[in-house]
Amino acid sequence: MPKVKVPRKSTSVDMTAMCDVAFLLLSFFILTTKFKSDDTVAVVTPKSVSTKAAADKNVVMVTMDKDGKAYFSVGDNNVAEKQDIIDMIDQGKNLGLTAQEKAAFARSGSIVGVPFSMLKSYLDLNADQVKNFKAPGIPLDTADNQLTVWMNAATRSFTGNTMTLLVKGDNNAKYPTFKGVIDAFKRNEIFKFSMVTDPEGVPEGTALAAKRATGAKED
Amino acid sequence: MAEMDTSGGGKHKKGPGVKKGKKLSTRIDLTPMVDLGFLLITFFIFTTTMSQPTAMKLFLPKDTEKPEEQNKIKASGALTIMLGKGDGVYYYEGELLPDGSNFKGSNFKDIRREIIDKKKSTNPQDFVVVIKPGPEATYKNTVDILDEMTINDVKRYAMVDIFDQEIQLMKATEASQGIK
Repeated sequence: MPKVKVPRKSTSVDMTAMCDVAFLLLSFFILTTKFKSDDTVAVVTPKSVSTKAAADKNVVMVTMDKDGKAYFSVGDNNVAEKQDIIDMIDQGKNLGLTAQEKAAFARSGSIVGVPFSMLKSYLDLNADQVKNFKAPGIPLDTADNQLTVWMNAATRSFTGNTMTLLVKGDNNAKYPTFKGVIDAFKRNEIFKFSMVTDPEGVPEGTALAAKRATGAKED
Repeated sequence: MAEMDTSGGGKHKKGPGVKKGKKLSTRIDLTPMVDLGFLLITFFIFTTTMSQPTAMKLFLPKDTEKPEEQNKIKASGALTIMLGKGDGVYYYEGELLPDGSNFKGSNFKDIRREIIDKKKSTNPQDFVVVIKPGPEATYKNTVDILDEMTINDVKRYAMVDIFDQEIQLMKATEASQGIK
C-alpha cells in the first residue's frame, strides 16, 4: 500500500483576530470604567428595589458609617459651593480658618466627620494623616446637632441650584443616627432627600412586581 | 503563520562577495500582545464598578405644633410597625390596647403578609402604615421596611417616633425570646 503522506501542519495559530478582540474589549472597559472611589469611610449600603440611578450633580452627601458616625461631604464638581460653605461655617462659628485650611476642605474627596471644635486641626492634616484619622463624627444630639449648621450652609450655598441631598448609610448604622440626620434636615426645612442603595430584585407575587410587569408608572 | 521567519535565505550558493539581503517576514508573533491585552481587560473588569448605586426617595412630613394642622388618621385603618433589636419586627393594628394584647411579633419575611392582608381588609382611603424604628433598629431595617412600602404599593406611610410604652413592650418580647 502506498504511504499516505500527512502534511505537517504548523501548530501556531494566527493571533491577529484574538488580538483584535482583546483590544476591542480593552478599549470598551477603559472607556466605560469608573474607578471605585477610594472612600475614606467604608460604607456598605442596604439594598432596595429602587431602579433610579443616584444623581451625581450638585450632590450634598451625608454618610453614616457602621458605628453611627455622621460625615458631611459635597460633590467634587461643586468647588465654588464648597468654598462658600466653609466660609459660612468659618464665619458662623468663628473658627479662624486660614486660606490653606479652607482649600483643604475644597479639595476633591474631602469629607468632614468632626465637630466644629476639631475642624481646624482636622483640616490641617495632610492626605496621609487624613487616611489614618479616626473621625469622631459630626455630633447629632438634639441639644447640639451640628449637622444642622452644615446643612444650613449647604442650602444657602446652593441657592438657585437644585441640591441633590443624598444619605448614604451603612447597614449597621443604628436608627438614632438616622433620626439625628433627619432632624437636621427638618430643621432646615428640607423634606425631600434620597437614600443611596444597591439595586435588588423585586420579590415575586407582590404589588410592585405586578406593576413592573405591566409597565405601569411608578411614583 | 504568526511567527517570525528567522531563517536566512542562504540556500543558494552565490559567488563570493555576493551578499543576499535577508528576506524578513512581516509577520510578528502576537501572543504576548494578546496576553497583555487580556491582562489589562481583567484589571479593568475587577476595578470597575458596574452596578450603579440607586437612590430611594423619601419625603418627610413637616412637623407641626398645632394639632389641627396635623394629619388625622383613622385609628382603624392604621398599621403600626415597630423595628427592634436583631432585625425584629413588631406590629399592631389600629390603636395599641392598654394591656398590649394586640402587640404582635413578626419578622421581615412575614410582615409582607400582614401589610397585604391589612391593605385588603381596609378602606384604601383609611389605610396608613406608621413606621416606628426603635433605638436598636439598624439603618438597614429602616430602609428595608420603607422598601416594603414600595413593594406592596402602600401609598400612605409615615415615619414616627416610637413611644415609651412600645419600647417597653418590645423589650419585654425581646427578653422573653432571648434576642440579644
